[in-house]
Amino acid sequence: MTEKKGPETWQEINPGCMVFRKGSAAEYHTGSWRAKKPLWENEKCIKCGVCYIYCPEGCITETADGFFEANLDYCKGCGICAHECWPKAIAMVNEED
Amino acid sequence: MGKRVGMEVAIASAEAAALCRFDVASVYPITPQSHVAEHLSDIVADGRVDASFITVESEHSALSSAMGASATGARVVTATSSQGLLFMGEVMPITSAMRLPIVMIIANRAVSGPINIWNDHSDIMPMRDTGWISFFADNGQEVVDMVIQAFKVGEDRRVMLPVNVNMDGFQLTHVVEPINMPDQEEVDKFLPPYEPFATLHPDKAVSMGTLGMPEFYTEAQKSKNVAIVNSKKVILEVWEEWEKQFGRKYEPIQTYLTEDAEVALVTMGSMGETAEIAIDELRREGVKAGLLKIKLWRPFPFDELIKAIKGIKVLAVTDRACSFGGPGGPVFSEIRSALYDVPKKPKVVNYLIGLGGRDVAVEDFMDMVKRAAKGKLSEPYEFYGVRG
Repeated sequence: MTEKKGPETWQEINPGCMVFRKGSAAEYHTGSWRAKKPLWENEKCIKCGVCYIYCPEGCITETADGFFEANLDYCKGCGICAHECWPKAIAMVNEED
Repeated sequence: MGKRVGMEVAIASAEAAALCRFDVASVYPITPQSHVAEHLSDIVADGRVDASFITVESEHSALSSAMGASATGARVVTATSSQGLLFMGEVMPITSAMRLPIVMIIANRAVSGPINIWNDHSDIMPMRDTGWISFFADNGQEVVDMVIQAFKVGEDRRVMLPVNVNMDGFQLTHVVEPINMPDQEEVDKFLPPYEPFATLHPDKAVSMGTLGMPEFYTEAQKSKNVAIVNSKKVILEVWEEWEKQFGRKYEPIQTYLTEDAEVALVTMGSMGETAEIAIDELRREGVKAGLLKIKLWRPFPFDELIKAIKGIKVLAVTDRACSFGGPGGPVFSEIRSALYDVPKKPKVVNYLIGLGGRDVAVEDFMDMVKRAAKGKLSEPYEFYGVRG
């Protein structure tokens, strides 16, 4: 499990488990859940951005040359991007590949 | 000092919320709570309180939107009954976990099936462990007082928990009672404006309703439990303050003629008044009988119970709900468990009474006491008056 800063004891829990730090969810790296990762084949990519739109984690970003990539710190490996990519430019591959 | 009025109790409960100047009412109507919903709606529509009435499509939405409103810092009231309360059940533990001091007026009604719209406590009992503070009212006056007290208790920074006020459906909701209705200045003096711990606001970052991973969930539950256990101190303070200002005394367990009693009844809700008459009759017959009326169900008043049962040989606990396949009714199992470590404890017996609106008369309570005193109960619990 990814390490996360948080309260040590029950006394340190804020009432209602409220969190007053901005962006604390970003500290939880959901990428550790992943079994397979998306791999883009840019020769097939038409830069439509469907992968970016459908990614439920919001971890896909557009690169400077207009292609797309996933932030593997957060990508859970759900495969929705690969499923939705109609030119079939995304393959879900094993971590080590 | 207020005004003595003749008013239907359901209407009076809504009037009490109006005296608390609620900001939002989020309610879905259901028998026998409907008059509460209608009257809260009237109060808002007539502009008597500067508030919004959220019309919702279900009880689940009623409590969910109540929570959203409460998270913005609004003082929020909701109300329900029976199946509606069960439908809210999915949201209730979240309300308390998020520490939102919503006040819920509950018109207690039996749950289906068979379908039954009449009064018992089978709706609130499954909600026992949702982390809400639970008050039980004996009569219309207590309903009004408890609604006002509920906001003060729940909103206290040392508590920050939702509170439900239980009033028996029909037996209380649809009955016109003489009620001493406090006036606005008195309530304003008692109940200051709500100052929330935190609110959803675009300028100040706060996450509410966060994820609790296994490494934090236990600590979160412990923190909520400590909050509700410690709320008793605040409840007692608020009741003391109420007594000073309004002259009406509230206790977690109200005792009636228990000082020299050998056998005592335990009731919760409106049947306490009928039971009082039964105790008077029994005393006239020479039976040393007394009565314990539980007003605070959560947090459970363990210390007060142990104090109240001193010298009592037989305790006849009445329950208005079943725990199927369990040790007896929920109040009974609570009390028996609470007394387990007490060296000099009474024999505790259990009657399931008044289920689904079944009448319980003075004679019935007298019979319960007499049979309990003689030890003539064939089972650990008895469906009182059951045919066959």
